[in-house]
Formats: sequence, structure tokens, C-alpha cells
Amino acid sequence: MIDKIVRDMAAAMEGVRDGSTVLIGGFGAAGQPDDLIDGLIEQGAKDLTVVANNAGSGRTGLARLMELGRVRKIICSFPRSAGSVVFEDLYKAGKLELEIVPQGTLAERMRAAGAGVPAFFTPTAAGTKLAQGKETREFNGRPHVMELALPGDVALVEAWEADRWGNLTYRRSGRNFNPVMAMAATLTIVQAQNIVELGEIEGERVVTPGIFVNRVVNVRRGAPWA
Amino acid sequence: MQPWSRTQMAGRVAVDIPEGWYCNLGIGMPTLIADYIPQGREVVLHSENGILGMGPAPEKGSEDAWLINAGKQPVTLHPGGSYFHHADSFAMIRGGHIDLCVLGAFEVASNGDIANWATSENDSAPAVGGAMDLAAGAKRVWVMMEHTTKDGRPKLVERCSYPLTAMRAVTRVYTNLAVLDVTEAGFAVRDLAPEVTMEHLRSVTAAPLADAREAVA
Repeated sequence: MIDKIVRDMAAAMEGVRDGSTVLIGGFGAAGQPDDLIDGLIEQGAKDLTVVANNAGSGRTGLARLMELGRVRKIICSFPRSAGSVVFEDLYKAGKLELEIVPQGTLAERMRAAGAGVPAFFTPTAAGTKLAQGKETREFNGRPHVMELALPGDVALVEAWEADRWGNLTYRRSGRNFNPVMAMAATLTIVQAQNIVELGEIEGERVVTPGIFVNRVVNVRRGAPWA
Repeated sequence: MQPWSRTQMAGRVAVDIPEGWYCNLGIGMPTLIADYIPQGREVVLHSENGILGMGPAPEKGSEDAWLINAGKQPVTLHPGGSYFHHADSFAMIRGGHIDLCVLGAFEVASNGDIANWATSENDSAPAVGGAMDLAAGAKRVWVMMEHTTKDGRPKLVERCSYPLTAMRAVTRVYTNLAVLDVTEAGFAVRDLAPEVTMEHLRSVTAAPLADAREAVA
């Protein structure tokens, strides 16, 4: 019997290695897998490259992981936001490497990784400083920048419902980066608010098919602001 | 001289958006446009974090933490609205499906170049977000901004001095003083705020201006 549901956080985080690239879902507080980030802090892996839209805020979650010196590099589209104090301090002190990627390119690089596409061309960022050092080629009379797929060793995902096969749904705008990250990583770990019986998520309702998911842990944390 | 207020500018943009367009309104001033779309006109608003058919802010007390816009503010969903993931959301933008994106900007050049994400070459950790995708991918890019900086420097220029967001992307600019098209020949003034003259506009613009206003009847 396939059962991707693990009993606790330690089992969910087992085997995450130092030096891993970790994709972390969420946009703002919605869909952000805070409990998995705490689990990763507890688990101890270090020298991580983190891919997330934002570089954490306050002193918890991703910001805490960074403050503990466990993140070597962050790849994101919008590092500076209200409360991104830990990022700014570490970055100023030269203790954190930063790669800025346009938000759509970030999503597409992960989608490409999940779909077996090693690189692609996009007009986004052509002629800007984010294209410096990248191959540029003209298509249809317009310059395009070559971007590489961005696979993860691990993805941390927050879902609304999950079944034992790892089929997932998300809640409203909590979906955001989670499905593309789920497909881009070798080990996809999900925190799900609700565990349901196989078949309860009808096929038409499945957003992330279980093939992209390795482990599910039940975390009933309620609303992101709670 | 009566420059348009921010809400008047938002109203000025809103009336120019036809029914049926799929629109992305950038963070900041462009967000105001949503409140001025004429009643009964169906314009579908897109938010890059995965929403089509985004509605106005909810009543105080009925905010839903799961339903936020790209500025991370609580919003609502219109009947017919939908949710999707980030790669699909940016496929809508980058694939040319979004009819219009309205952005704020630091500078717009007379060839349509836009700079709106970093204020200096030395700013090593600026936040680009979705600006480059929107500017390069939407079918049309309009800019809504003050005509000059707070200390009076022109924001409409011959060549951007700040790092570019995209090349030759902008086709129209709405400022507090004027509405301008970006044409092959440069900026063309379509409309002026009350009592603003072409002479004054030229004095606060660092690029040539053509007068393309329709003759006053």
C-alpha cells in the first residue's frame, strides 16, 4: 500500500543533507510551510541554498533559518520587504549570497526543471543588468535571455488537503509557488492542513498529482495569520 | 494650473480600459485604478500570485488570510474568478495573454524604455518581483506616475539613468500633468491637466514633446 503520510516532523525531514538546494513555497504568509521550516531548523542541515520568493520577515521561519547561519545563498525575486531585517543584516555583513531572479523567470526555471527542460529563452530581463553574463539570442526580431532550469534537492510545500498517495489541493492564493516547487524537487515534503481518504479529492480537483510528492505530514495550523 | 490628484489620475486611466480586457495593476498607485472602473464594465483583474477576477478589498473584519494580492493586501474574488499556480500566472503574463499592465516607474524614456525597480547601479539587493516579466510580457504597458520626482526632476527622459526594467515596453504614460503616448517619434501629448500648458510641460520634461491633442471644438 502506498502511504506517503509520515507520523511526525522528524520523519518528514529525515535525510535532508548539508549543501542541499531547498525550494520553499509561499507568497507572503499564504501557503508558506512554516512548520516544515521549523522542522528543517530542528533537523540541522546547513550550508543550504534556499529558493523562495521573499527572503523571510521577522525573526521566525525562513528568517530564523538564515539567522542561525544555515543558509549560504538565497535565490529570490523580492528580498527586501517589510520586516526583512535578518536578510538585510546578513547581506550587508557579506554572510549571505544573493541571486535576484524576476518572479516569472523564477517560477518558469522551476517548472522547466520539473518538466525536464534544461534551459529556455525568455524576453524577460533582456537588456537589463539581470541579463549580464547570460547568453542572449534574437527570436522574432527581439532579444531573449537564456535561463537555466532550477531544480531542488528538497521542496517544502504547504497544502490544504492531501491523501495517502500525495495528491494535493491548495487554499485560494496559498497555491502560488507550491505546485511548481513540488514538481521541481527530488524530495518533496508537504505539510497539509487536512488529511483525507484516498478518493476524497476527486480527480478533477487534484491540483498537484501525487507523483510529485514524497512525504506528507499533517499540520493543522489554521489561517496563515493565526 | 490644476494637476490631477492620484485618484483623478486613477480615474483617467480607468476610463481608457475597455470592457473585456485582462489587466494587471502594479503595486502602489496603479492599484487605485481598480476603484474607478466604470460601473457595469467588466474588466478582469489579474494578480501575479495566482488570481484572475480579483475583487476589491473586503469589508473590515471579513478579511481572508488565504486571499491576498501581489502587494500582500487582503482582497476578494469576483464570481467567475479563479486561482492558479505561479508558473501558470506568469505564463499569462509572459505568454502575452494579459491585455494591459499598468506600472509605476522612476523613469520612462522617449523610446519606451522603463526603469522602475532599482534606483542605482550600486543597489546590489534591489527587489525586482514581477516587474520585468510584466514589462516584457504584457500586450500593452502603461505607466502611471508623478510627472517629476519630489524634488522636481523630470521622470520623462530621453534615456533612463536608472537600471532598466525593460526596453521599449511602454506605450502610454499617465502623469499628474498629462497623458502621453510613446510613438516611434517619441512622446506625443494626448491630454493636459486643467490649465497646464505645453510650455510648462516642456519645462518639466527632459525629452522632446509633440503636441498631439485633438483640436478643441
